[in-house]
Amino acid sequence: MSINELFGKELKVINTGLSSFAENLKHSGVPTVQIDWKPPVNVDPKYFNIIESKSGEIAYANRKATDIILKGMPVLTGLDIALNVIPGMKKNLILHSGPPITYDRMCGPTKGAIMGALIYEGIAKDITEAEKIASSGEIEYAPCHEHSAVGPMAGIISPSMPVFIIKNETFGNFAYCTLNEGLGKVLRYGAFGEDVITRLKWMEKVLYPALKKAVDKTGSINLKNMIAQALHMGDEVHNRNRAGTSLFFRTIAPAIMRTTDNFEDAAKVLEFINGNDHFFLNLSMPASKAVLDAARNIKYSSVAVVMARNGTDFGVQLSGTGNQWFTGPAPVPDALYFPGFSKDDANPDIGDSAITETGGLGGFAIAAAPAIVQFVGGSAKDAINYTLQMYEITAVENNVYQIPYLNFRGTPTGIDVIKVIEKSLTPFIDTGVAHKNPGVGQVGAGVLSAPIEPFIKAFEGFVETLK
Amino acid sequence: MLIVKGKIIKGEYFDSVTLMLLSKEINKTEGVTDSAVVMGTKENKSILETSGLLIPDFSDTTDNDLFVCIKAENEKIIDGVLGNLDSLFKKIRSKNDDAKDFSPKSLDSAIKILPGANLSLISVAGKYASREAMKALKNGLHVMIFSDNVSIEDELELKRYAASKGLLVMGPDCGTAIINGTPLAFANVVNRGNIGIVAASGTGLQEVSCVISNEGAGISQAIGTGGRDVKKEIGGIMFIRALQALNNDKETSVIVLVSKPPHDDVLEKICNEIKNIKKPVVSIMIGGNDEKIKEAGAIPASTLEETGLIAAALSKGKDIKSIKTDLRKTEEEIKALASGYSKNKKQKYLRGLFSGGTLCDEAQLIFKDTIGFVYSNTPLNKDYQFSDSWKSQQNCVIDLGEDEFTVGRPHPMIDYTLRNKKIVEEAADSEVAVILLDVVLGYGSNLNPAEELVPAIKKALKINPDITIICSITGTDNDPQNRIYMKEELENAGALVMRSNAAASKMAAYIIKTLQNN
Repeated sequence: MSINELFGKELKVINTGLSSFAENLKHSGVPTVQIDWKPPVNVDPKYFNIIESKSGEIAYANRKATDIILKGMPVLTGLDIALNVIPGMKKNLILHSGPPITYDRMCGPTKGAIMGALIYEGIAKDITEAEKIASSGEIEYAPCHEHSAVGPMAGIISPSMPVFIIKNETFGNFAYCTLNEGLGKVLRYGAFGEDVITRLKWMEKVLYPALKKAVDKTGSINLKNMIAQALHMGDEVHNRNRAGTSLFFRTIAPAIMRTTDNFEDAAKVLEFINGNDHFFLNLSMPASKAVLDAARNIKYSSVAVVMARNGTDFGVQLSGTGNQWFTGPAPVPDALYFPGFSKDDANPDIGDSAITETGGLGGFAIAAAPAIVQFVGGSAKDAINYTLQMYEITAVENNVYQIPYLNFRGTPTGIDVIKVIEKSLTPFIDTGVAHKNPGVGQVGAGVLSAPIEPFIKAFEGFVETLK
Repeated sequence: MLIVKGKIIKGEYFDSVTLMLLSKEINKTEGVTDSAVVMGTKENKSILETSGLLIPDFSDTTDNDLFVCIKAENEKIIDGVLGNLDSLFKKIRSKNDDAKDFSPKSLDSAIKILPGANLSLISVAGKYASREAMKALKNGLHVMIFSDNVSIEDELELKRYAASKGLLVMGPDCGTAIINGTPLAFANVVNRGNIGIVAASGTGLQEVSCVISNEGAGISQAIGTGGRDVKKEIGGIMFIRALQALNNDKETSVIVLVSKPPHDDVLEKICNEIKNIKKPVVSIMIGGNDEKIKEAGAIPASTLEETGLIAAALSKGKDIKSIKTDLRKTEEEIKALASGYSKNKKQKYLRGLFSGGTLCDEAQLIFKDTIGFVYSNTPLNKDYQFSDSWKSQQNCVIDLGEDEFTVGRPHPMIDYTLRNKKIVEEAADSEVAVILLDVVLGYGSNLNPAEELVPAIKKALKINPDITIICSITGTDNDPQNRIYMKEELENAGALVMRSNAAASKMAAYIIKTLQNN
């Protein structure tokens, strides 16, 4: 466009900086968009030159990675006991959420959940003994993510826990996740009381066999379709799973009635699912995991395949950087607290559930979930703005997951770490909040913006692969 | 004993104007003597250090951290303010958020929201401005860079790239432009018409366009280039291209050039360009030599007012010969009028307090021809450089828009606090006879300058009734502040309002000259 062409046209201005200039322009009737500008993250400017020099390769690799993500087809194929199906699972191994961590650095809720799991497994008879065994070195720990699994909050998976088996039908890989226990005083929030253990036992003895038989009876359940429908019904399948749980209930109920040996157990199982709005979370998470795992190890791809927290560290993995973790301290979420609790009680952010955001759901799809806008400032517009912001840092728009309010625009999908750094804008994550001490449980729910540090490290690590 | 205490807030970002408003709000607190709310850049740290507000905690921080520093009588006062910060931020944020639609975070998504966007207006801190400007150029947008502190290397790179793509880069440090009738940044609401302006001087452009508009003529385009464009390093890349564009523009029949004296090489390029132009060209090179321009066929003018008057006459097809004689007549009238204002034998000096840099330069040129060189922080003659910008001496003019006054403080066209303080200080000096002020209206400037300035003028006249306060108004009746209203308010306060900066400067000069002769 030459200067003289500009003279003939309607002026349309993009304003970066002083917002009063934009206000004046709008006042004069000029179409104007104000950029909500922030200084870029402090990284070596040379890195951008390296990226520029490999921009073709990066674009191609990200295209490849996001194609895989969009083509992923997660289905629930069955249930089994962790020890039988999770790769590398063994009797003295406990999986936890987030990046790798040694026992001494683990947070209260994770330690609490481990102690609870040791009692549940019969390895320890009480908390005192559990604590001793947990720190003795007898027990090995590893991230769920390194065993094709995910776990909400503390994310503890011990060998005899039942797990959902999710298959990515397009690429043939599997993902695993435990069954959701409900809200409040539960193992994943670090509670380990008798009621917690009793519930886990019931889940193993009654819930698991009933569900296993029912799924075998119904055959594979397509989770991608179910998530897409749940989004149309007001879920973002992270902090709100009411629609997803209802859809799952409708699908599984007849089979449970047909396959469960006695009506009382069938009724209890259905009551349990019905009474737990978050039951579907433990399906939306492994569904996202199965999809993202297929996009690992694509050289030159700057797309994130994992965001996960262990209550101490926040970790990121990229498609193009193999199995390397990039970590930084996990922040304390900005939350709404249950009566009697405050931010002082809160543990730093925890859980593998940010896999939903990594896959274009959760906080990225919060515009689909107006019912939970209290978490994001109270107005529906806030929720929409959060989703709109996430398009800034993602590579593509989802082909199946859509936001009705945005004219069924696909959800922002495939976090591109280059964009995160360039725009100084980190992913927006929905989350639950655990008490910082072991044994207490959930104290609130809320949202947070991911810390920048792991993304800076991931960005630098990614640039290393370009050299 | 005053103490200083502060706080670092990670991950908050506000633009500098918002932060200054916040600091102003904090300063209202009883017992607080000074405060700063700034982003943690290296530059800001050194500013904090010089103003005694730097705290050791701040050493290990980055550009993305927000500093709040407060100087007060005791710690309790500071803790009170710091404890209340959240609600202050909330107040600012909710003001920003009220019914606000989604704001994109980057140019890519802004373009998606506004298809066909054709101009990017950039006013972020200088060190980030080049990158944002280059992004805009690569997306085919013309650019106006309001930001200063952009390196000359970056300016050259941006302008060369833009030139290769046929795009316009106005600035860096371009305060004003009017494109397709739209005032950008600091600009006045002027009539549309057939006069095109290219200016390497911000307030020069404002003054000329206002004179034109107030004469009933109008502006087709007013293109700012930033002051450095006519220096040797940049070589007039954009000045020349803007000139060519106006020559090719069917809506433009008269062209006006406003600039400080360009580098000789650039002047030659401009002259060569003028030779090819059939449209009348009026030129003011503030303080420069007019010979070459005249040879090239342009009409030189000696003041911004004269420039505007000539252009307005030409645009209406009127004869311009009478303009010089009319102006001479007016000058005689001013001279006669001036003798009535020399009231007190003790009074000797003139003090100019300017918000517009070019207006300050023009005033000095007029003084040079009547009362000689005057002291300044931006003097015509190096021998008249202030040793301390904060201390007036003899006859002097101060450009309050210069860096030493605007670091950590909004521009004097927005914030009158400092100038008002100086007006009262000067009035208290019994040797001062005249205080000369420019009042620049338009978008970007303070929306209610009367409210700011009138109390200061009244106070000054109360302290020293013999003093003469002379003002010029750069503005139009369509400006949000309204020129006529402003004139009435200033006159009611006791100020003498002249029709232009040149006229005001002449009035001031002749009063001083009369006093010297007494």
